[in-house]
Amino acid sequence: MTDYLLLLVATVLVNNFVLVQFLGLCPFMGVSSRTETAIGMSFATIFVMTVASLLSYLVTTYLLVPLNIEYLTTMSFILVIAVVVQFTEMVVHKTSASLYRLLGIFLPLITTNCAVLGVALLNLRSHHNFFESIIYGFGASVGFSLVLVMFSAMREKLANADVPTPFKGAAIAMITAGLMSLAFMGFTGLVKL
Amino acid sequence: MESIINRINQQKFWSFHGGVHPPEQKTLTNQKPIKPLSLPEQLIIPLQQHIGRQGDLLVQVGDHVLKGQPLTKSTNPMAVPVHAPTSGTITAIKHSVIAHPSGLSELCIFLNVDHQDTWVERTPCNDVATLTNQEIVKKIADAGISGMGGAGFPTHIKVDTKPDINFLIINAAECEPYITADDLLMCEHSESIVDGIKILNKLLNPAFILIGIEDNKPKAIEALKKATAGIEKIHVCVVPTEYPAGGEKQLIQILTGKEIKSGTLPIKEGIIMQNVATCYAISEAILHDTPLIQRVVTVTGQALEKPQNVWALLGTPVHYLLSQCGFDNQGMEKTPVIMGGPMMGFSLPTDTVPVIKTTNCILAPSYKEMPSAFEGNSAEVECIRCGQCADVCPTNLLPQELQWSAKAKDYPQLNKLNLSDCIDCGACAYVCPSHIPLVQYYRIAKAEIRQQQQQELKAEKAKARFEARKQRLEKEKRARELKHKKAAEARKAAMNKATPEATEAKSAVAAALARVKAKKAANQKSPSSSAISAPVETTENQDNKKAQVAAAIARAKAKKQAKPAPEIDAKENAKVEPSNTDSKKAKIAAAVAKAKAKKSQEKAPIQGQEQNQEQTDSLSLADKKANAIAKAKAKALAKKQASSNNDSSTASDLTIASTAESEPAIDEKDAKKAAVIAKAKAKALAKKNKESNTDNKVSEKNTVNVEPRKVQNTSETSTINDTNNISDKDAKKAAIIAKAKAKALAKKKLATQSVSEEKTMHEQEKGAK
Amino acid sequence: MTLLIAILVFGLIAALFGALLGYASIRFKVDADPIVEQIDAILPQTQCGQCGYPGCKPYAQAVADGEAINKCAPGGEDTIKKIADLMGVEAEPLDESHEKDNRPKVAFIIEEDCIGCTKCIQACPVDAILGAAKQMHTIIADECTGCDLCVAPCPVDCIEMRVVPETTQNWLWDLNSIPVQQID
Repeated sequence: MTDYLLLLVATVLVNNFVLVQFLGLCPFMGVSSRTETAIGMSFATIFVMTVASLLSYLVTTYLLVPLNIEYLTTMSFILVIAVVVQFTEMVVHKTSASLYRLLGIFLPLITTNCAVLGVALLNLRSHHNFFESIIYGFGASVGFSLVLVMFSAMREKLANADVPTPFKGAAIAMITAGLMSLAFMGFTGLVKL
Repeated sequence: MESIINRINQQKFWSFHGGVHPPEQKTLTNQKPIKPLSLPEQLIIPLQQHIGRQGDLLVQVGDHVLKGQPLTKSTNPMAVPVHAPTSGTITAIKHSVIAHPSGLSELCIFLNVDHQDTWVERTPCNDVATLTNQEIVKKIADAGISGMGGAGFPTHIKVDTKPDINFLIINAAECEPYITADDLLMCEHSESIVDGIKILNKLLNPAFILIGIEDNKPKAIEALKKATAGIEKIHVCVVPTEYPAGGEKQLIQILTGKEIKSGTLPIKEGIIMQNVATCYAISEAILHDTPLIQRVVTVTGQALEKPQNVWALLGTPVHYLLSQCGFDNQGMEKTPVIMGGPMMGFSLPTDTVPVIKTTNCILAPSYKEMPSAFEGNSAEVECIRCGQCADVCPTNLLPQELQWSAKAKDYPQLNKLNLSDCIDCGACAYVCPSHIPLVQYYRIAKAEIRQQQQQELKAEKAKARFEARKQRLEKEKRARELKHKKAAEARKAAMNKATPEATEAKSAVAAALARVKAKKAANQKSPSSSAISAPVETTENQDNKKAQVAAAIARAKAKKQAKPAPEIDAKENAKVEPSNTDSKKAKIAAAVAKAKAKKSQEKAPIQGQEQNQEQTDSLSLADKKANAIAKAKAKALAKKQASSNNDSSTASDLTIASTAESEPAIDEKDAKKAAVIAKAKAKALAKKNKESNTDNKVSEKNTVNVEPRKVQNTSETSTINDTNNISDKDAKKAAIIAKAKAKALAKKKLATQSVSEEKTMHEQEKGAK
Repeated sequence: MTLLIAILVFGLIAALFGALLGYASIRFKVDADPIVEQIDAILPQTQCGQCGYPGCKPYAQAVADGEAINKCAPGGEDTIKKIADLMGVEAEPLDESHEKDNRPKVAFIIEEDCIGCTKCIQACPVDAILGAAKQMHTIIADECTGCDLCVAPCPVDCIEMRVVPETTQNWLWDLNSIPVQQID
């Protein structure tokens, strides 16, 4: 039990996927200009990552390994992720058309979010079991969402502030992300995995 | 409730968040009694001195009014009447600059004082108990009383009997620096104030009455305590001096600990607040039948020799008050004069601004006292995010965040930050180390948000009307189609029966179809004819439809091409036409001719540029002048002729008008002449052919367009009175032809009677040019 | 052999997922596109036709289909920005073909010249003109959206557009001096 908790803390804070492992930067910068879109995106990503890591585990354990076709890992993972994202897109389109419009191209781009593929592959590398895989995927997405929402709130304030002209827009956003990353270095060593 | 009363009895009050302590500067004026002033020469009384609508005027320029006479009447609950502050004569009712930071003008009554100060008849009331509540409220409304603490909300609405009032709070705080008007009023007239409070007590029947007063007014506190000694219900509550303790929601929070929720009124909590000056005004109105015509104004500031409180008549211009108190503008050109206190006041654009019901202070600072009021440039720098503003905000808002959002015009964010709760007290701007005029930004943002909301409402309404209109048109179309179908079926059934009526109908239908075909053929032939040849062609052709069509096309061509047409033709044709016997028609024709002239003038400048750039400017000036003259002439003459029945001169004037309009520009002249020719021709032909063919659709349409009012119909026009609707395109053509008809008729008459007259008039025109 | 198995397995997974997605696409089918409603809500509803479409709803439909968003003159920069946010496209400046003077205007009929032809009544998209054939026409100022469509049809040219006057009610607080500063 404690192991699972520690795994969660580690994935959310210590080895945060965006700020420490620098994966998934594309949606991080792209969707974070408004907090509403950020929250919508984070829910979508949580769903996608958790389900994708679960399905990848199942595919690996019960299909790829027994049949000795591990070399198809990357392809099958991408297939799984693409299907899950497509499914999510349809659900979002149905439930909230405005969110669908707001997210725009970034919703199908979750497919190419390296964090999602990264979670699946890292699960494989760390030889996680079923539950660990789920928690790992869930933790990664929660960490991603946490940082995404915080960053979007900051960017909204930055949009109204008197930023010097050379720094306006993406420049100050990058600098802020770097500073956040520095801050998250404070978690190093919190959990030794 | 019990706990509140307990604490009040122990004088242990609550406090509100924030607040500042600016230097009070009240000793400038609070040592001297209130001075009654001599009458000024002129009073300027704005019709609206309160929140709401202005009343309807009861007086006019030249009326002599008595002191206390109502000048406006309120037909709307939100309208409060204004009264004459002294006797005199009304010399003007016009727009004048009012006491508003915008410097805009609104309707004011200018009253020249006759120095007699005669009162209107008054009936004082000795015993308030004899009056019913309704009568008291009506008297308050008729006396023109609105909140005198600064907002100006109509009092009669606020004190109209309501159930379950827990607290009636009398605001005697006067927290703003420099202002001592209420202080001295309480010192000198505490008895009257308490009388007013008693009246309010009768109206509202509150559980408790609290008078909130700051501790920097010891004499006033004494006076009030003495005046309320016998009345148990009234508690005099002394609160610590702080700005803005006198704000409505802040004072309620201090005295009762209750926080009024954002967007709600204190009445929801069973609390009503009135200013002491309003109470005084109420007692004057009910007991002495004296309407609200004067108030105590603190005239202060170090630029004055004798700063003091004065009894100012409403409508007194500020310059009078300043001169009475020894205003020295220190040799500077632009000495600022502030209406209101230093925190919430606004500088006046001119010193003719009058005192109104909500004016409590005129502040004339010296340069040393308030250098920032004199400097044109603002000392504003960037926000350093110190957070002091949030510390002092009495409403618990975040001024720094509001400032970022206001500067970025982020209105949704401003609404989320509760900008609408800001009371504009100025405490945040007072403490800002960067000298940012925060309240200014908030006011701009609030005005923008309000305007956006109004536009959204308007858009909603417009959309609803548009949809309704679409539906109405759909319905009408369907109804028409249904009618047509039914008629068609009926006709078919009739025709198939082969009765004599049916055969007749059949032949009539066939004839109609033949006519339509002929018209189409004529249309296809005539597009090639020029403006000049058109008259020649149509004179030869006797066919009714062809003539109309040709004429219309000729007119269009003339307009488009503006080819020069021989002047001789115009004159000749003009002579041939009959003149118009109907004066109204002439007037309409003149108006239409004016419109035509205006339209063609818009096209002419383009042509002028193409041909002669240099002359265009002078030409257009001359154009405008001549056109204006012509228009005026036409209008005046048309009107004149309407009364006198001089047909020929009407016609001649019309001719002058039309020719005068076309004369100034060389290009325009020719264009118009061509147009005139075409119109004239068309008219002549139409008239001729009308007699030969009763089926004149043109003249039918003519009536609809040109005869809006019932006028005497001549024999000519009677035939025109059959109305039939035809399609819009034809209608347009026909309309313009009809106008031309009217004009040509006029010309014709002139021609038959006085050909030489026209010539001489024409020459006069040229000579005048 | 393993290659065959690999292909088979892959095909199986793909087929399975395909079926799932097919089912999902039917189950979660989206009927109408409410984006048109949202765009229409942003437009100012003057129904003036300056954008080239006969009304605000048709323009909203066009924008949803990809039309340029900078065509609405009465809406101004504000509307363009809002549509840009909603559609996720770049906000462009207002189309140059529109007039420069964008102060709010209201139509006014000069009653001495009106001939009661009802042409302006037929032209007004929001029925803001009161009148009947051969009766005096007048503009209901509160309902007038300033769309300009009534000026052209008038045969006697008696309608003019008047700028809405600035009153204390609609004054927008020009930055003048409000003395709020230190008193020593």
